[in-house]
Amino acid sequence: MASPAADRLARLADEPLRDINPASGFWSGAGRNLVEIWRRRELVRFLFQREIRSRYKDSALGVVWSLIRPIVTLLVYYLVIGAFIGARRAIPDFAVYVYIGLTLWGLFNESVTFGTASVVANAGIIKKIHLPREVFPLASVGSALFNFGVQCVILLAAVFVLGGGVNPSGLGYVPLGVLVVLVWGTALAILLSALNVYLRDVQFLVEVALMVGFWASPIVYSWKQVAESLVNHPWVAEVYASNPVTLAVFGLQRALWSGGVDMPCPSHLAARLLIVLAVGLVALFLAQRVFDRLQRDFAQEL
Amino acid sequence: MALTAVVAQNLVKSFTIRKQKSLKENIVNARRGRAFAERFRALDDISFQITAGESVGLVGPNGSGKSTLLKIVGGILAPNQGRVQVRGRLAALLELGAGFHPDLSGRDNIYLNASLLGLSRAETERYFADIVDFSGIPDFIDTQVKFYSSGMYVRLAFAVAVHVDPDILLVDEVLAVGDEPFQAKCMDKIRQFKQEGRTIVFVSHSTAQVTAVCDRAIVLEHGRIVEDDTPLIALGRLRQAYQGQIEATRQADAGSGDGRATIASVRLSSPGSYDYAGFDVVGRPGLTLEARCEIDFDQPVPGWSADLSIETTLGDPRLLTDSRDCLKMDLPAAAGRQGLVWRLPDLRLGEGDYVVNLAVRDQAGVRLDVRSRAAMFAIRRADLSRGPVYSEATLELVAPQPAPPAPATASQAGAADGSSPAAEPEERAGGRP
Repeated sequence: MASPAADRLARLADEPLRDINPASGFWSGAGRNLVEIWRRRELVRFLFQREIRSRYKDSALGVVWSLIRPIVTLLVYYLVIGAFIGARRAIPDFAVYVYIGLTLWGLFNESVTFGTASVVANAGIIKKIHLPREVFPLASVGSALFNFGVQCVILLAAVFVLGGGVNPSGLGYVPLGVLVVLVWGTALAILLSALNVYLRDVQFLVEVALMVGFWASPIVYSWKQVAESLVNHPWVAEVYASNPVTLAVFGLQRALWSGGVDMPCPSHLAARLLIVLAVGLVALFLAQRVFDRLQRDFAQEL
Repeated sequence: MALTAVVAQNLVKSFTIRKQKSLKENIVNARRGRAFAERFRALDDISFQITAGESVGLVGPNGSGKSTLLKIVGGILAPNQGRVQVRGRLAALLELGAGFHPDLSGRDNIYLNASLLGLSRAETERYFADIVDFSGIPDFIDTQVKFYSSGMYVRLAFAVAVHVDPDILLVDEVLAVGDEPFQAKCMDKIRQFKQEGRTIVFVSHSTAQVTAVCDRAIVLEHGRIVEDDTPLIALGRLRQAYQGQIEATRQADAGSGDGRATIASVRLSSPGSYDYAGFDVVGRPGLTLEARCEIDFDQPVPGWSADLSIETTLGDPRLLTDSRDCLKMDLPAAAGRQGLVWRLPDLRLGEGDYVVNLAVRDQAGVRLDVRSRAAMFAIRRADLSRGPVYSEATLELVAPQPAPPAPATASQAGAADGSSPAAEPEERAGGRP
């Protein structure tokens, strides 16, 4: 009769010795990391559930709050800026237009902001438990995606109630645009979360950079206004139109802003989006490789 | 067949000692850069192998690199050089409840913590009842963890940790928390792990825990392995290392006090004891200890007193006596040197290593001079009993007592099957003839 100890020994005898800190080649390390992260996907879910649950714990309305804030924002844009300030004279269906941009920007903004802080915020775990540390920025992106999902419900309601419904020919831009923002947001979250461990200034820099990014995207003004101002500097307009978030916002506006179907938009939008998606995937890969290099000393730097 | 579970080869780990520097200093020194960074070698060429199923204690003074080594084996820190290989699933218990979220309930935290430690959701669900049962707090499982007492917190965390089912378990002093029953429970669990053939690497300052659990102990000092042997031998080596530090403390202590009186010398002796490296006296239980001490007085101190205490090398007090309250003596006040001899006859301490502390006080009880760990002695060959005090225990086999009369037999039967209510009045009746 075999004892549990003998069983264990017999099982271990079949296992090879494995390196606890394997030498990480540029390509080979990436594959192994990916497998490890995929294995811990449940953990990513637990972590972002933890964020969401703890955020609304003890509040009477709970998750309803994540609906109230975007609704109020939408009303402010509709009434104050659209009607009182008169922005809707230049941009038809102003509230819907702004809300599309805000929703998508929110996804990017939250991914990058929370992602950057995520590793430092979980220092206690990183110093005590061995796990693929990419789970923390990924969980931040996950919780940003959750909020995005909630806001999309409001957005769709607004599109049908305040706007003129969706534009069926542009619907393909929706998944493409969201994917571009997700890929770039994740890449930046992973890269910046690692840099932030070594230089805490990063998270403040990110705040400033995101503010610039917000105004550098066609969220509260239109492409037409940009193109008219930059008519003598075509290459500046070209740079402006190469920003992945900007392109993604254009994409979503094509699909959901039926009041602006006739408004101008950069040429070859689909091709541009596909290009920034491809570049984004490369950036994501590089960000992970940098992260992997930097994460080796996380436990002592935190 | 010796199957290795952990192989560490030539591990080197150094840290940069950072001093809080201003941005200006950083910029000014940027060019000279690395020359300014001080390096500190926490681990210096460490190699060892651990056989599957073995339990190994990692011991050493504070700062010797034990925790760093454990973190490297656990994959939390990366070494500068060298490699670690392991066989099987590894779990590191470096801190109980790492990753617990105070706002989540015990239930949610079990899932989260188990997931952090590498259990899948399905596995956690399977063990969930066990975990709650082991934690001993089923009534609070849906309460937010922030309302837990620290004891409940640790219990829940340990309950999760022991269900991770590792082949190799790294434990870093986490068992130093919690009350005694809980610690006993932890030690039982570790022993059970051992029986199940798991490999255990155990960092502890408690020599008792290491001897109780480990087959082998590795002593680290300044990042090097200085001993790797059975716990008894290795811990002996560690004691010698501590001896050096104690000497330093003695030197430092020699000058303390306000200068009115100084303990000039302390000599410990015992008639018939034999000498042994590192100890002033080595004897058997029941020995007579004599401590001769000389005190220099700068000026007469009226109403002064002296006290002597004995404690184990780990600091557990065993005995205290003093000239005023215990011995009711008035010591004469005079300037110059005075001599005292303490006699402690028939000292029935159990086997172990002890230190003697001496102090001189003035009338108000203010310490004039202290000599902590002024002398060391050891009790050996306490064969007849174990524990803090010794007794020359004896045991003899005797003829059983003649059978008691009939009513008493009935009462004995009653006592034997517990507190059967029917037996009780009968016993009382039998007890009152």
